[in-house]
Formats: sequence, structure tokens, C-alpha cells
Amino acid sequence: MASRRKGLPEMTTTSTAIVIPPISLWRRIVDRAMTGVAVLTVILVLLPLGAIFAYLIYKGIGSINLAFLTQTPKPVGEPGGGMANAILGSATILAIASLMGVPLGIGAGIYLAEYGRNRYGDIVRFVSDVLNGVPSIVIGIVAYAIVVLRQKHFSALAGGVALAIMMVPTIARTTEQMLLLVPQAIREAAYGLGVSRWRTTLSITLRTATSGVITGVMLAFARVAGETAPLLFTAFGNQFWNWKLDQPTAALSLQIYTYALSPFDDWHRQAWAGSLVLIVLIVGAVSAVRIAVRRGTLAGA
Amino acid sequence: MGVGITVEQLNAYYGKTQALFDINLNVLANHATALIGPSGCGKSTFIRCLNRMHETIPDARVEGKVRIGDLAVYNGTSATQLRRRVGMVFQKPNPFPTMSIYDNVAAGLKLNGFRNRKQLDEIVEKSLHSSALWDEVKDSLHKKSGASLSGGQQQRLCIARALSVQPEVLLMDEPCSALDPISTGKIEDLIFQLKEQYTIVIVTHNMQQAARVAEFTGFFLLGKMIEFDKTEKVFTNPSDKRTEDYVTGRFG
Repeated sequence: MASRRKGLPEMTTTSTAIVIPPISLWRRIVDRAMTGVAVLTVILVLLPLGAIFAYLIYKGIGSINLAFLTQTPKPVGEPGGGMANAILGSATILAIASLMGVPLGIGAGIYLAEYGRNRYGDIVRFVSDVLNGVPSIVIGIVAYAIVVLRQKHFSALAGGVALAIMMVPTIARTTEQMLLLVPQAIREAAYGLGVSRWRTTLSITLRTATSGVITGVMLAFARVAGETAPLLFTAFGNQFWNWKLDQPTAALSLQIYTYALSPFDDWHRQAWAGSLVLIVLIVGAVSAVRIAVRRGTLAGA
Repeated sequence: MGVGITVEQLNAYYGKTQALFDINLNVLANHATALIGPSGCGKSTFIRCLNRMHETIPDARVEGKVRIGDLAVYNGTSATQLRRRVGMVFQKPNPFPTMSIYDNVAAGLKLNGFRNRKQLDEIVEKSLHSSALWDEVKDSLHKKSGASLSGGQQQRLCIARALSVQPEVLLMDEPCSALDPISTGKIEDLIFQLKEQYTIVIVTHNMQQAARVAEFTGFFLLGKMIEFDKTEKVFTNPSDKRTEDYVTGRFG
């Protein structure tokens, strides 16, 4: 420590030279303390996630077996059975939601960033932020009103619509932010080559922002993947296999909800196992997309 | 082959601020023309008017006539059509960061619907040869991103990208201001060779550079073109006092 003080260069001109004081002990203490606080907050943020994951493994791993992953639920009182139909159902509903929500959200984000630097854009931004804050159960009711009532029965489609509505504002706003981060110089480079504006937006700007946009999509996906409320009266749940998009469909979150509220110990155990499977699937899906994107990225990009 | 440029009574605005006043200018085909002047004098605005890049800025507008070869720039020509014939190299190298070196050069053609793979390969190689970058990148064309190159290489990549669409005019907006002397030298050599095929308009802060590469030089001050003449004349025997003050380093 003392050497650092000696390490300051000797001033050759004595009269006009400014004297930079050595770094005081107090400043070094504050520096260390602040670094410590930053590290501590990171730990505090990661701790709940680690705790939840650890507890889920502790409670759920024992009930996960081949039957759990391949069979449908057994009637009350019969032990065994599984959540295979709910895993399939969740995947179906999320696929529907992503197919609708991702293009819509990215499209809205493109509008906001590239064309919406005006009052219309401000309105869209405001509406999107409000939509982001609407409770998920309310979005469930909306999907019930516009899909279920019309179809006259619950369906995977209705669940997908509800989740898609929830995905759109998150994707739109992150896409907007990511596109705005792309320097104007990159757009100008494309214009300078005689590339039209829409082509520049799709092939240059959006492509440059890809990794950020995908982060937004994954964020939205992970958020809705565990949603239960909007599925209660849209997908509804189902104890049996269902391959039809217009029929009531099981979902992991619904199954967990039902089982956790039940009075049966066996169902409680299965609810824990279902929760673990849900989290693992979300982490798996997000990681798979990340790895796929990284594969396609060039060195130095 | 390059084509000539005629500018008549060009006025340019940013919102209510007028940036260029009554510019008249004739640029000869297959020559390099340098535009010099202090920061903020309108040189960059001027060349951005030549390929209609000026109007991409919100509230910016242009009045006056510009002809590039047989194209009336502000009358009946679409901006995209025009820009395919008038290439531009920017002050800061701006390669497309997520694209490979190859794709950077091929981008102009690919995005305009050109699909012939074999011809594309040839054009990419030829463009990279023209910008004196081929030997440095030929082994990593598809492996490395354009952003992974050094600053000078990036700028030569951007020149190759501009050349790939085979323009008639090449606009260069201070292409060397972010580069070291060695890269600058390479790009100046390049400008010398490119003159044979293209008409070049180059904005520069570096008066030696203007003297080295350009046959003609225009001096801009506060949005007006004060003097336009043969480079030799502008630097050795300018007719305007303000030009003399600037080129002799008395102000600016």
C-alpha cells in the first residue's frame, strides 16, 4: 500500500506543477466497502433463485420417474400416474402463444423504434406499458370473452391467445430499446448502398439487434410459461391426453395449482415434481435458444 | 465509368437552420474533388445532399438542382435508385457488425435482390482487391465478423462494400479522420487508383490530403462555397483572402 504512494511520479518543475494527493486510506476503505456492497446485492438477488431451485429439487426429485413423464393423471385414490398430458399441453399453449405473440411484439417494436418517433408512437408506448401492468387474470377474462365464448368451449387456442397478449408488450418494448441501440451509422451504411428503408430495417437493423431482441422474447416467454391465472378459464385443464387445439387442454401450471390445493399427500408430491419439471423446461428452452443463437454468431461480432 | 456532377443553387436546411447557401459546383468525371473548410462549414451536409442522405434526418430539407450524370437527383429519381449509383464512405468505419466480411461486401447486392452466387464471389473478391484488403482477409472471409477487423481495415472494408454495387460516383466523408497514418496512406493510394473508374468527392480536414489526392478543391466557410478551383491554385495562389487565411493556417 505504501508503495502506491511512492509510485507517483516526481514533479520536475516545482513552481507550476499541480500536486495530486496520494489516494487516502479513507478512499480506499470506501472503495472496498462499495465493491463489497455490490457483491452482496448480487448474492441477495441470486439467493432466492438458488433457494427456490434447491427446495424444488429437494421436494420434487423423489416423485419424478418415468411414469410421471409418460402417463396421464390417475383418478383420486389410485397412486401413481403422471403429468405427461400437462407437459404436452403447456408446450402446445406456449407454442401457440409464441407464434402469435412474438411476431406481433417484434412488429410493434419495429414500429416504435423506426417509425414511431411521434405522437402515435407515444400512444402505442403508453398503451403497451399499461397492458404490461394489467393483472394476468384480467387478460384471462379477455381471452375468455373473445375466444372461449365464441367457440363455446375451453381450448388450447384460448390459453395461447391469453398468453400471447401478455407477451406482446414485453417483446415490443425490449425490441424497441434494442433497435434504438443500433447506431444510426449502420442504417446510413445500408441506405448508402441503395437499400430501401423496410429492407434496411429487417435485414440490417433488426439483424444487428438480434441478440437483444431474443433476450426480450425469452424474457416474455419465461414470464408467461409459468402463468396459471390466465389459463384457468381459457385452457381450463384436462385429465386426459388431448391433441386437439380447440379442446380443453392440460397445462403444468394448472395441474400444479389443482394438485397443490388438493387434500391428498400423493398429489402434493406430484405438484412439487410438476413445479420442478416446469422450471427445468423453462431453463432448458431458454438455454437452447441462447446456444442456438451463439452458434450462429461470428467471431468478433 | 465515372460521371460528372452539376450542382445549381443548392440550399440545405436542418429545420429552420440553413446549413448551405446557394452552392454552385461542377465536378468533373473521373477526377477527385476535395472539399475543405473548418468544422461545421457544411462540407458534410453538402456531400450528403448529393446522394440524398441529408433527407434521412428528421426535418432536414434541400432546395436546388443536382445532376449526377443523366440523373436529376431531386427530380424524378428515387433515393434508392440514386444511391445504387452514388456510393458513400463515412467518417467512422461502419461495417455491419453481425455480418461476416464476405456478407458485408456482398450486402449491397444481396439486399437489392442479386442472387447469382458465382458472380457474387467474383465481385466480392474484386471489390476487396480494389480496396487493397483482399490479402489481409482472404482466409477469414466467412469466419470473421466485419467488426473484428482493425479500424483501418474496417474502413477499407466499407470502401469495398461501397464499390461492390459498382457506383459511378464515390462520396467520401472524411474517410481517414479516424485512422492512423499508415492506414491513411493506404486509403490515399486507393483513391488514386479508384479515380480511373469513379468520380470521387472527398471531404477532408487534412489539407495535405486534399493536396495529395485531389485535382480540384472547394473551400467551404459558414455554409457557402468561397472558392473552387484546381487544387494547386487553391493552395498556392487562392483568389479569396479567406481561402488564403485558411490554407496558410491563419484561422480554422
